[in-house]
Parts: sequence; C-alpha cells; structure tokens
Amino acid sequence: MGAEGGFDLDRPVLGLESSCDETAAAVLAPDGRILAEGVLSQEKEHAVFGGVVPEIAARAHLEALPGLAERVLRRAGLGFGDLGAVAATSGPGLIGGLIVGACFGKGVAIAHDLPFVAVNHLEAHALTARLPGLLPQGAPAFPYLLLLVSGGHCQCVAVEGLGRYRRLGSTLDDAVGEAFDKAAKLMGLPWPGGPHLERLAAEGDPQAVPLPRPLLGRPGCDFSFSGLKTAVARAVAQGSASHADIAAAFQASVAAVLADRARHALEMVPEATGIVVAGGVAANQAVRAALAGVAGIAGVPMLAPPLRYCTDNAVMVAWAGIERLRAGLTDRMDHSPRPRWPLADLTGG
Amino acid sequence: MPRTVALDLPDLSATHALAARLARLLRAGDAVLLEGPLGAGKSELARAVLRAAAGDPALEVPSPTFTLVQSYDLPAGPAHHFDLYRLDGPEGLAELGWEEAREGIVLVEWPERLGNERPEGALTVTLKPLAAEEARHVTLSGWDERLGALAA
Repeated sequence: MGAEGGFDLDRPVLGLESSCDETAAAVLAPDGRILAEGVLSQEKEHAVFGGVVPEIAARAHLEALPGLAERVLRRAGLGFGDLGAVAATSGPGLIGGLIVGACFGKGVAIAHDLPFVAVNHLEAHALTARLPGLLPQGAPAFPYLLLLVSGGHCQCVAVEGLGRYRRLGSTLDDAVGEAFDKAAKLMGLPWPGGPHLERLAAEGDPQAVPLPRPLLGRPGCDFSFSGLKTAVARAVAQGSASHADIAAAFQASVAAVLADRARHALEMVPEATGIVVAGGVAANQAVRAALAGVAGIAGVPMLAPPLRYCTDNAVMVAWAGIERLRAGLTDRMDHSPRPRWPLADLTGG
Repeated sequence: MPRTVALDLPDLSATHALAARLARLLRAGDAVLLEGPLGAGKSELARAVLRAAAGDPALEVPSPTFTLVQSYDLPAGPAHHFDLYRLDGPEGLAELGWEEAREGIVLVEWPERLGNERPEGALTVTLKPLAAEEARHVTLSGWDERLGALAA
C-alpha cells in the first residue's frame, strides 16, 4: 500500500450499508462490475407502524447483515477468503446501524487480513455516477454537481474530485423526502408517503391551492421545506381544497424550488459537466422533469442513476471503497463511526 | 399539579423571543418537551432555542426526524435535540443514548413516545397553530420556579 501508487486491486471488494433503514451488502469486481448485491428493506416492517422504526433498526441490522453478506458472496460464487478489501458505511447516519456495519466490516477485514475502508455515505452517493456502465451517457467528468434529495439528506454538492467536495447548499430545516412523507401523513396517506403522494397529485390541479415556494429566487443553493409543510397542514385543516389538489400543489412547489436551486448551483459552478440526481425523491417524475428542464437550458445532462442505486444500497459503498483503494486510501481499525460526517471533512487522493 | 402559563405568539419574532428567554434559563439536566401536531412549529422553536443558546444565529439545526437525535456543544454544556416521531415507544431510547443525554440538556419533539421515561421536572411546551400564518398559541407547564421568567 502507499498513497502514491494505491492498491493493486485484483480481488473483489465487499460493500456494507447499514446507516439507516436498509441493510445491504454487495460485492464488486476490482473494475467495478457488480458481481452480486442484496438489499433487505425494512420498509415492509415499518409500513405496519406507519413509518415508525421498531427498535431503531440497529437490532434488525445486527440480525440481518452477517447472513446477507454471506448470501451475497455465495451468489457471486465467493467466500470471505476470496475478498481483496472490505468497505463499510461509517457515517453519517444512525449510530446503532453504523456501529453494526462498521464492526462487522472490520471483523471480516481483521479475520482475513484485508484492508478496510470507512466509507462516507454521502461520498458513496456522490461517486455512484462514476460506476462503470451505470449511466448510458457514461460517467461524468469532474467537476459535476450532485443534488442529493432523500428522506434524511437534502443538499447540493460540487463534486470536484475524489474526496474533494464543496457543499453549495443544504436544507435549513426539513429534508425534501421528509417533507414528502410528512405532507403525505397530513393527508392521511400510507407510508412511505412519496409514491402515494405522487399518485394522488396526478389527479389534482397544482394551481388550485396557493402554497409557498420557500427560498425561490433567493441567492445561493439552500433549501427550506418546513414552511411548506406547515402550509400543507393549514390547507388540510381548512378542509376546502381536495387532498389531490393539495398534493399536486405541494409537488409543483417542491419541483419548482428544486429546479430553482439547481439553476443557481449550475451558475455557481459553470464548469460542471452535468447534474447527478440521487436519493428517493429522484424517483418523482415532476421533480425529474423540472430538473431535466434546468439542465437542458444550461446545456448539461441531468444524470439519474437507476433508482435502486440512488437510494441506499451497498453497491455504491463498495464502489466508493474501490475508488479510495485505487487512490491508496484505507482506514485504521480504530476509525469510529460518525453520526455526523460532513463531506467537507473528507480528504482524497 | 405543575403551574401552567398560556401565551399567544402573534408572529415568528414573538416565537424567537420566547426561544431566547428559554435559552437563557437552560442548564444541564433540563428536559424541554415540545408537543403539538405536524407543522405546529416544534422544530422551529427548538432551532431558535439552540441558536440562541449557542449565541450563533446561523447555527445549522437540521430536522432530527431522520437521524432521531442531533447533538450540539453549547456554552451551557451538551444539548441533544430528539425527534421521537419515528419511534413507537420508549424501548429504543437506550440505543439513542437517552440516559447519557439526560446529563445535559434535552429538547424532545413527540415526547408522547417517552412513556414512563418522561422526565420529572421537565418543561412541557405545547404549540397550537392559530388562524394567522405565523401565529401560535403556546402553553408552558412545569419549571415552577423559572416559569415566571420564561413567560415574561
């Protein structure tokens, strides 16, 4: 090993993800080919409770992860002894799940004398677009923009290189996926709220209910969705508008705000080669259309990885591990999981 | 029976003024429980309290809904902003470091989920939206000896 040359990777890399609700494992060839992957969603379990986290998922990760990793390896025709390295999400996220994933990953690494990479979950999202063969347009060149829009994250980042990220803006209050979930809950829709709200919005008139478009037109790239949520609560309580109209207006407002923020981000980084959209909210067609419009005007592609690779998954973790290993970057076994771990704190090769 | 004070907060600046008074009175071991429906302004109030207590109006205070807890180092000691919305009961609290957090300051949204863990001597703040957009009705209960200064 050594920072100058990087690892001569000739064996597969195991990736582990357990930072929030999903337990995931994946094994990638050194060139980034996906050999096998698995995601155990706890969504089904949660739906029973209406979006509630029984036992905060840490125990569920602990029960699920070792078996899942073994099954994924077996599907690739491999055992732990065939691996070249282990990469595990070590933050940001829920501390219980992070500890489970990081400790299991370190355990495998120690037992088989392998290098370990403590992967930043946000960096993994940021680098997903570089996974060979993932995007029909090909991987974007640095620098590109990442718009991460999920239940727990809402930020816009200039991806300037491995380990080199500049946060252009982030939410001042609620994440956008959280706003979707809470707006849906206010309208009595089942969890997860996003897809249900989108279906309801298709039957509504986005002009029928005036809802705020927070920070629209303001300089910079920050987001705010708390006021919009309160406005939805008010409209629902008032009872005069149909839920379909409120849903349509909410979705239109979110799409307009995200498009406005993306436009600013593209102005802040004129050399950006494209805008990558990741996170569960990237599945929303109105949001996608609005972002594609902004990208089109700026003359850059909007790149949306297939949904299963832009929501939480372990393929992105293994890939981030490979990128770091290639740059000679590994972590020590005393690396502690970090619930808060801003991208700006990372360093690269 | 703890004393209760009711206030009308006509706008956001009144909410922020209440937050500033609350921030000045906070000390280690305090629990502030924030009640009210979705969109009532619980996070807004918690954010204003944390910013005032930190003396930093630009302090980043993201919603803790997803992470369940966010921690801050304040001049008055460590503070923890919990959102128990996604919990179905107090069983998961230990995993969130509840006992350790109680040594510092805790601000708790959706405290209904605390069950038997609901701290004695807590200040309960109940927010209710009023007709005007930023207006809130707030009831403050508990904190008998400090309630006067808080309501002033």
